[in-house]
Amino acid sequence: MIVQAIVDGIFTGAIVSLGAIGLSLTLQIMRFANFAHAEFMTIGAYLALAAVGLMGPGAPSLGLSFGWQLLVAACLAASLAGVLSWGLDLVVFRPLRRSGAAPLVLVFAAFGAALVLRHVLVLIWGHDSYFYTRELQLGVMIVPGVRVLPDQVFILALAIFLVTLLHLYLTHHRTGIAMRAMAESPSLSQVCGIEVDRVMKTTWIISGFMAAMAGVFSGLTPQLHPELGSNMLLSIFAAAIFGGVGSLPGAVLGGLLVGIAENLFLLVADPGYKPAMPFLLLLGVLWLRPQGILGEKTS
Amino acid sequence: MGLASYLVFFACVVLVLCILTMGLNLQWGFTGLFNAGVAGFYAIGGYTHAILTAAPSPQLMGNYGLPWLVGIIAAMLVTAVAALVVGLITIRLRGDYLAIATFGIGIMIQLVSLNLESWTGGSQGITRIPKPLSTWFEGSLAYNLFYLVFMVVVVVLVYWALERILSSPWGRVLRAIREDEMAASSLGKSPLSYRLQSFVLGSTLMGLAGALYVTFIGFVSPFDFLPILTFQVWAMLIVGGSGNNRGAMLGALVVWSIWAASGVAVSKWVPPSHAAQGAAIQVILIGLTLVLMLLFKPRGLLGERAVVSRHLVY
Repeated sequence: MIVQAIVDGIFTGAIVSLGAIGLSLTLQIMRFANFAHAEFMTIGAYLALAAVGLMGPGAPSLGLSFGWQLLVAACLAASLAGVLSWGLDLVVFRPLRRSGAAPLVLVFAAFGAALVLRHVLVLIWGHDSYFYTRELQLGVMIVPGVRVLPDQVFILALAIFLVTLLHLYLTHHRTGIAMRAMAESPSLSQVCGIEVDRVMKTTWIISGFMAAMAGVFSGLTPQLHPELGSNMLLSIFAAAIFGGVGSLPGAVLGGLLVGIAENLFLLVADPGYKPAMPFLLLLGVLWLRPQGILGEKTS
Repeated sequence: MGLASYLVFFACVVLVLCILTMGLNLQWGFTGLFNAGVAGFYAIGGYTHAILTAAPSPQLMGNYGLPWLVGIIAAMLVTAVAALVVGLITIRLRGDYLAIATFGIGIMIQLVSLNLESWTGGSQGITRIPKPLSTWFEGSLAYNLFYLVFMVVVVVLVYWALERILSSPWGRVLRAIREDEMAASSLGKSPLSYRLQSFVLGSTLMGLAGALYVTFIGFVSPFDFLPILTFQVWAMLIVGGSGNNRGAMLGALVVWSIWAASGVAVSKWVPPSHAAQGAAIQVILIGLTLVLMLLFKPRGLLGERAVVSRHLVY
């Protein structure tokens, strides 16, 4: 039971991590809590649904419940979501930054943008639940008593791949390094001649892309609905803060911890209280170690 | 007759929202604290009042049937304690963390109100919440008219009290901290302590609003405190003008009018089969109002008045 919960937790954690990465980056580089971030998970999920609708869901292959078409759809949707995420910055956040608005004003602009985005999706798709595929999958016993779905393993592998890619980008690519510099000190990096606008654009695109990927694959495990992203908002905030804001390994670790904690919590608590776990984790970490596990203390 | 009772009902709701918005104005407008859990604190007040005062019912724990005033006071106290706990944990951190934690509070209260059925009645809610002095009036319109007058008195009292404390030295310290924390602390004022006080006091007002609302409706359920409410109250404050209590009240009226009017329009022109889309249009409208206000008229309809010390000599 406990081992199964931990294994399931790692799989949910992989999705939470992908969501938390972008949130953590924007928290550190843009310096505000982007409440609209989770909506890009939902947007990604629905864009992929539209793409799957055009291409067909594809025949299940390699033991997975979907074919290569869904993967293509996910990449298309995530790229588009990345661009939309940057677009939101262009129409809402950047004008506010330019007008010298306080960071907290950006927070509630994000709040407003989140509601508008989510309800535009409701306007198009309604409140019905959608599925990418109606294929049923049977769990495979890996060790006695522990079952995993091939889809889950695929999602975990994909998450590891994306995180590695992002890590290489942040450590080797010029813009990636500039992003880390901005995270450290915006004013100092400006003095060093870093093109702030380009760094910000890249950050928005990456965070939208990652969120949309998380959204597509969280829509795969059960179904798509307009609250898919916003229901996970507290979890991804908890993960981003738990791991230490601005730290990529931190967001991944935080995501896994939140995923595992949520699943362990379900062993002892009523399923209706599931969202309570990330909240308690969040309060706990803010109380004991507000800079997060891997975060560095700043003055 | 139908219109008159609707208007009375509408006015009572707006007055409740005025208290909520003024509570938020104390936190955001005067202290710069971001509370993303307005609906949560509102619900704590509403449920505390309902659990203490509702007539006993066999299915539910609670429902003590206590006097109305006890319920009101307890609602404010319990909300204050909840705000104190969240505040103590997050107020020393960067402003966004308070937003995230209070956002969580809103979700937690939803969870508890839906799942703790033995106390809250789950999605059925709690009914038979007493209306004070209801035996004196015949018919609901007469009672609602009385309640309207009562609410006007409460709102005027809250407004007057807030204006008093905000023009006192205490209020000046709040604004000083909002404008320049370091300067304020160099004058020996503790920003943490003042922020916490403002946060707790503002939340207490939200708890009061919750208790007054459930008294008026006579019923409480989780659907009265959806997260969208937090956003509506924010829109009211921004539209009206944060940092100005009259603006806050004007915003409550304007935004709630937009909300109600768009609701009527949607129910008239959108077929019932598309009710979800109709409701979505309403939310999008409010969301756009807020974002456009922030972009083009950030001070709101009635901005904060510039206060210059009368001791200042030019």
